[in-house]
Amino acid sequence: MAMKQSAGKRVGVTVLAWVVAFLIFFPILWTFITSFKSELDAIAMPPKFLFFNWTLENYVEVQSRSNYLRFAENSIILSIGANIVGLLISVPAAWSMAFAPTKRTKDVLMWMLSTKMMPAVGVLVPIYLLFRDLHLLDSLWGIGFVLMLLNLPILIWMLYTYFKEIPVDILEAARMDGASLLNEIIYILTPMAAPGIASTMLLTVILSWNEAFWTLNLATSNAAPLTAFIASYSAPEGFFWAKLSAASTLAIAPILVLGWFSQKQLVRGLTFGAVK
Amino acid sequence: MGSIELVNVCKAFGGVKVINSVDFAITDGSFTVFVGPSGCGKSTLLRMIAGLEDVTSGQVLIDGLDMTNIGPAKRGLAMVFQSYALYPHMSVRGNIAFALKMARQPANVIEQKVKKAAGILNLTEYLDRKPRELSGGQRQRVAIGRAIVREPKAFLFDEPLSNLDAALRVQMRVEIDELHQKLKTTMVYVTHDQVEAMTMADRIVVLDKGAVAQIGSPLELYNKPNGLFVASFIGSPTMNLVMGPSAAKRGATTLGVRPEHVELSTTAGEWPAQVLHAEHLGSETFIYARAEGIGPLTIRLSGEATHHAGDRIFVTPREAHVHRFDKDGKRIG
Repeated sequence: MAMKQSAGKRVGVTVLAWVVAFLIFFPILWTFITSFKSELDAIAMPPKFLFFNWTLENYVEVQSRSNYLRFAENSIILSIGANIVGLLISVPAAWSMAFAPTKRTKDVLMWMLSTKMMPAVGVLVPIYLLFRDLHLLDSLWGIGFVLMLLNLPILIWMLYTYFKEIPVDILEAARMDGASLLNEIIYILTPMAAPGIASTMLLTVILSWNEAFWTLNLATSNAAPLTAFIASYSAPEGFFWAKLSAASTLAIAPILVLGWFSQKQLVRGLTFGAVK
Repeated sequence: MGSIELVNVCKAFGGVKVINSVDFAITDGSFTVFVGPSGCGKSTLLRMIAGLEDVTSGQVLIDGLDMTNIGPAKRGLAMVFQSYALYPHMSVRGNIAFALKMARQPANVIEQKVKKAAGILNLTEYLDRKPRELSGGQRQRVAIGRAIVREPKAFLFDEPLSNLDAALRVQMRVEIDELHQKLKTTMVYVTHDQVEAMTMADRIVVLDKGAVAQIGSPLELYNKPNGLFVASFIGSPTMNLVMGPSAAKRGATTLGVRPEHVELSTTAGEWPAQVLHAEHLGSETFIYARAEGIGPLTIRLSGEATHHAGDRIFVTPREAHVHRFDKDGKRIG
């Protein structure tokens, strides 16, 4: 009797999990399906789910109207470039907090995280004016710098939690073996923390890829990433839903594929250290 | 050369003093053991010698040179950690070779030294394995190999056998001792196990609450402990400590006598007692008794004895082996 209940409960939980997952995934699914509709079908009431004339015309028009590859290239350069620079800063910072903490370390960590709680719009004007005066508007360097700073607290915090898991003995053994601080980081710390570093990078690359507020306000054409590409499909006449869906699908496809193949590392990265 | 001298070394963490003016010398080539209960500061002292902990005041001299403010890499010492501290992402070869790589030795020299160290420690067939593929004893040998290959002035061992099972501990004790005989390099060994201390050391430094209680050879500490702490810490089972008239008539506050230095009788003796428990080990027998007006006593008898719980016995200390301690716990005579 107990076995039957347990099996029934298992089935119920599984069904519930699939329902929740479907609900969470539904917006993406709907966008994908809409991208293959005509504009009329896209706004039809009641909504058409699967039974309509599937067409590729939206993708053709999106690609002919704007250079998707250029926006994608900017997204790749910004996401990866900004986070590599961020990593170079955050690894020594996290090392110092994990292995040479002072009385202020916890306060510094909390302060860094607190900057994420501030609404970005609060500093939009000063940042915009600064970028204007420094000729950084619509430049990959300028936007990359902002993206790097946005993710720095997350990079440092996550690396700090990974580094705390590394036994100090091993680093001390490296010191006894004659390793300098740089050698300790290169030969011992980084290889041992590689899974954590990789999953942290994955997360921050995804965050940078999807970052819309700063990229829309600071970029116009040269440095515009895929977020600007999507936004260009909201016209004064209204939304061209089908084309917007096609643009959105093109914009999120690379990161969706990356996320799918690295989901284990992502989950590990987000939950590492949560349970001893 | 590997002589180490600690000159009035003190260590405080914030306002808490954990090492209190420790001052002694370790001669080149000797096997010195720091022993004491948990929290006495023996590992902290070792780490200060290694350079992994700062010295609050005092000096650490190695071969006469002041190394107090010199980093661990430049002291010429090698350390074997309690947890082995092997690099998990490197093979055995990589672990042993790491220090030589940091010293920028040529590849052929590194290979030769690694092979030699692996040969000494029977690790040759495991050179390409990762630490997770090794047993506890093998990992310990890799940790020792990593230390040997550096040809240090002295080896520092921080409770290296505490993670091993009893049988392996005995085997590794012998191996470390044999290594010392072979290499003739100074070894400083930290343990809380006084059996390890007694069996391995040329000299033992007994530490209590951050201070040196006594320094001497194992038998000196065993036969002439300078105070109650050393008397009861060294020796297994612990020394019997007796207060009251039996101590007073011998001019002491506390009388100490080792379990093997008493006479046992079923008819007459100084301390009448009742047997609480007897452990028959075949080669010897341990009797745990309670003496009237004295308290618990432990008696060690050679061979097999017929005493059992509930038996009435009489215990008499052998005068030549009695230790006398004053009211401050210090040895008299």
